[in-house]
Amino acid sequence: MNKALESKIPIQLISSNIEVAKAGKIPGGKTEIPFEFPLQTKGNKVLYETYHGVFVNIQYTLRCDVKRSLLAKDLSRTCEFMVHSQPQKAKVLPTPVDFSITPDTLQNIRERNLLPKFLIRGHLDATNCVISQPLTGEVVVENSQVPIKSIELQLVRVETCGCAEGYARDATEIQNIQIAEGDVCHSLSIPIYMVFPRLFTCPTLETTNFKVEFEVNIVIVLHDDHLITENFPLKLCRI
Amino acid sequence: MAAVQWHSRGRRYEAELQRCRLEATPVDFGDYHPLKPITVTDTKSRRGARKGSTSSSSSSSSSAAPDPLSSMLDGTDPLSMFAAASAGETPGLPHSASAGDLGRKRREREEEAVGSDFEPWSAKRGEILARFTTTEKLSINLFMGSDKGKAPSPGSSAVSEKVRTRLEELDDLEEGSQRELLNLSQQDYANRIEELNQSLKEAWASDQKVKALKIVIQCSKLLSDTSVIQFYPSKFVLITDILDTFGRLVYERIWTMCSDPRPLPESFSADDVNDTAKETCLNWFFKIASIRELIPRLYVEAAILKCNRFLNKSGIQETLPRLTAMIRGIGDPLVAAYARAYLCRVGMEVAPHLKDSLNRNFFDLLGTFRQIQGDSVQNQLVLQRVEIPEYLTLYSPAINWILQCIAYRAPEPLLTEMMERCKKLGNNALLLNSVMWAFRAEFVAARATDFITMIKDCDEAGFPKHLLFGSLGRSLACADPPEAERLPILNEAWKVITKVRSPQDYINCAEIWVEFTCRHFTKREVNTVLADIIKHMTPDRAFEDAYPQLQSVIRKILTYFHDFSVLFSMERFLPFLDMFQKDSVRVEVCRSIMEVFIKHQLEPTRDPVILNAMLHICKTMHDSVNALTLEDEKRSLALLINGFIRMVSFGRDFEQQLSFCVEARATFCNLEPVLVQLIHTVNQLAMETRRVMRGSHSRKTAAFVRACAAYSFITIPSLSSIFCRLSLYLLSGQVALANQCLSQADAFLKAAVSLLPEVPRSISVEGKLRPSEGFLLDFISNFLSTLLVVPDHPEHGVLYLVRGLLNMVQDYTWEDNGDAKLRVYINALPLLAAMSQEAYLYCIPRVDSNETLYGGDPKFLSEINKLCETLIGQVLDHLKALGRDESVRRQAALAFSLFGCLLAHGDLRNNKLNQLAVNLWNLSHKHGHCDTRASVRTLEFMKHQAQQPDMAHLSDTVQRLALQSRT
Repeated sequence: MNKALESKIPIQLISSNIEVAKAGKIPGGKTEIPFEFPLQTKGNKVLYETYHGVFVNIQYTLRCDVKRSLLAKDLSRTCEFMVHSQPQKAKVLPTPVDFSITPDTLQNIRERNLLPKFLIRGHLDATNCVISQPLTGEVVVENSQVPIKSIELQLVRVETCGCAEGYARDATEIQNIQIAEGDVCHSLSIPIYMVFPRLFTCPTLETTNFKVEFEVNIVIVLHDDHLITENFPLKLCRI
Repeated sequence: MAAVQWHSRGRRYEAELQRCRLEATPVDFGDYHPLKPITVTDTKSRRGARKGSTSSSSSSSSSAAPDPLSSMLDGTDPLSMFAAASAGETPGLPHSASAGDLGRKRREREEEAVGSDFEPWSAKRGEILARFTTTEKLSINLFMGSDKGKAPSPGSSAVSEKVRTRLEELDDLEEGSQRELLNLSQQDYANRIEELNQSLKEAWASDQKVKALKIVIQCSKLLSDTSVIQFYPSKFVLITDILDTFGRLVYERIWTMCSDPRPLPESFSADDVNDTAKETCLNWFFKIASIRELIPRLYVEAAILKCNRFLNKSGIQETLPRLTAMIRGIGDPLVAAYARAYLCRVGMEVAPHLKDSLNRNFFDLLGTFRQIQGDSVQNQLVLQRVEIPEYLTLYSPAINWILQCIAYRAPEPLLTEMMERCKKLGNNALLLNSVMWAFRAEFVAARATDFITMIKDCDEAGFPKHLLFGSLGRSLACADPPEAERLPILNEAWKVITKVRSPQDYINCAEIWVEFTCRHFTKREVNTVLADIIKHMTPDRAFEDAYPQLQSVIRKILTYFHDFSVLFSMERFLPFLDMFQKDSVRVEVCRSIMEVFIKHQLEPTRDPVILNAMLHICKTMHDSVNALTLEDEKRSLALLINGFIRMVSFGRDFEQQLSFCVEARATFCNLEPVLVQLIHTVNQLAMETRRVMRGSHSRKTAAFVRACAAYSFITIPSLSSIFCRLSLYLLSGQVALANQCLSQADAFLKAAVSLLPEVPRSISVEGKLRPSEGFLLDFISNFLSTLLVVPDHPEHGVLYLVRGLLNMVQDYTWEDNGDAKLRVYINALPLLAAMSQEAYLYCIPRVDSNETLYGGDPKFLSEINKLCETLIGQVLDHLKALGRDESVRRQAALAFSLFGCLLAHGDLRNNKLNQLAVNLWNLSHKHGHCDTRASVRTLEFMKHQAQQPDMAHLSDTVQRLALQSRT
């Protein structure tokens, strides 16, 4: 029924009331009352997929009230229901990306000359991903002066929301998967493969008030504990 | 009762025999005879035609009176039926059975399953566990549930990430979370792993699926740890057992979810699976896909590979290549190789038709081979102080397994291609070794010369060459290389083997090559090989650590050399046997040689080489017997030695045979069954001599048979079993008698008689105490019948032996409530009656029995009669005593048997005897304890006898015998 911002008042997307049974007596025993109603938004608002995040929560609830006579208390029960958006009709372009990491391509380092030499190449098959299908690609360690300890894929979710103070942005790691362990064989391609976790991902969302985006980091840990990270923004969608 | 006078009935045995015979009517060829058709068909119809009635071949037979035997059989003789069946179905039976097996297997594993010719993993398991061991301390590090990257538990969406992590940690603490077990011995380690296996099953059974998954993840994580690298292959075996368990549990769980309302067919498709089951299955895959670490994720997914069948048809086909590629991410080449082996193992089990990923795995493996020379590996080896050759052997089980999967029913070109690839890789010895292990033996054998060249080209510092030659030898033991190459192969191989320094490595390799040598070469080459082995194994008593291998060498030689004269003419064979210095092993080896000897030596032999060697071997076995040896063990050893003694024959050289027996007696004195066999052999020798001399001994042969008798006479007392002694005395006495050695025969029989008082009242038969009475009665009856032909000794009184025997019988302490003594007396009467005949029933050629010695002397006859009267008196006294004791049943039986004896052997024309017989009859019928049918038959017999001349008096007697009517 509403979308809640952490600090702010929730924004109502939808609200409707229907009477499922007329006033009267409900006979003893189990009584089932069927009902249905269309999901119609309030005004020009859009219905988003159910989503539970840190800043952003999109939640749909259903409340059933039973009004009773003056002397007895009214009964009420609430429950959540899930909304999956309709698959997008448009065809998703995979937009593959190639990458190559060397000491020179790195940003955000203090002493560049202390870095060991390495060359790591690879590609992602798509950065526009279908949420029900794995993220795939390849990474090749062409050479590395220092042995490699581990190569990991880190899936990060970024929530951004506009509020009175400006923008609030929060990145959360939702999954970290190791794809190489130990000093892997050089110039042998290692597969990148990650299944998107079902509960913590949703199609990428961009609205006027808030954004839910995803990124993947390829993290290469060297034996001397150097951490090399390459970031790729992803666009998730549901087909 | 006053003494009875005995009168033996006169007998004319010839005439009686003639009377008893049926009238002989010659059968003409065409005449019917019930036994004839069978013999006729047997000769005429060759094979298989025996079924159908027997009548077909003998034209004029059968229609009137069918042969009762053949008609019973409904036309088919059951024996020939069996024969036909075994002849016809021997090849057919296993065939049909295997077809059934295949059918069943096919049902078990839907698609073309792996046949029985594929050596399963379970066969390798034990071998690996036994081979890769360590004395170093191991550790297990389990972080139960503290892997943060694992599937975040669903439903906790409302709480923030931090809170959730904290909650999880709390959970973990409750579960005892991180446990590090240090300083485990190898056995402890295996036990811990087994405990984990158990707790996995328990967790699963108590519906704690998450805990089960955690256990599996933690276990597979252990596989990324390569500390104590020598143990890694065994660790792999132990941990993959757990993974297999897990895979099975998950599969079965989902399977049962689909079995409502009725179980899934074996060959189900994803469409048959209901949504709940599919969802559960998918959930497992999602959970596993989110496992943080690479190695557990890989292993656990491989473990439940089979579950892909529930989701879609192509699942397995798509997953296998993906997992194969995933292994590339494993940096440690050993860990990667074993991961590949596991994947191949699962793949082979679940989808044996998907060969591509097997090959892919192998090529990837080849691709990463250079890593072994890399710094990471080398540093690790230095740190763990492991030499390169030892490190390389750690790969063997994994690579062997991968190659075995690939080579299974693979076409020849593929194998050739694989081999070429290995060659290109700089003749990598490790691969070469695995190729020889895993590829078909025929394939390897055909290229043996190539392989030898490749082995020779291998780097000395790498994989040990003796292992390479060992693997080659193993292939050559099963398949034959081209004829012309065999000798060069052996020479080349042995050149390398003989240079192996360590005796253990040497013998492991040499043992394998012995088979090849025995298979294709003569004793000369085998002898050379044996000499080489002796040379290597003797210094520092190296053989002490190599008994199993040395034993296997002997076994292999015995499989191929059955001609013992050839075998023992190998100079080094006996010296080789001398290397077995531990008693138990030595005896075992001798035993195996003897078993082969008994099985394959069909002709008796006098070959001094064989005899000497076999005597030596048998003596070794005999000398192993001591006070602690079990009865069974003794018996089986004696059986083997007897088998040898029976195979010794010096033909006409009887003297030598006897002296062999003398020697054997000295050698095998501790085994009674052997002594018994020797006595039988000597007795047989004496009889053989008699046969050769056609019954009349020359001075020389007479001396020889006396020597034989002396041999037996000396040997018998050393036996402990009294009945054995008795019967051997009797037998040897009979043999001596047959050979006209009267005084020897006398001595034997006397010895037997004087032994009688020592017979215990009960003897142990098969471990249980049984009364000896029955055995004793049997023996005495047998003895009595021999006494008929034994002539009296001139220096002793008349019927010296008979009297001696009867005296012994009288003095013997019989069972208190038995009539055995009296039965002996009654049994003695027929003997005495037979002795009083003019011509005896039987006699021994060239031995004068009492009939000739006394010539029917009245004094002799009256001696006999007196003796009979005494015996009858004794019996009658006993009958009276029985009457007093109210043991009427025994009285009746005894009286009846005495009556029978009188009837058969007494002269009933004598009134007193006749009266006695009638009294006995009445006595036996007095209390109604007699067998009426026997009585009726007796009366009929008497009536029949009465028709004979001289027997008319019997009809009067019959009149006096009243038959008691049944009450």
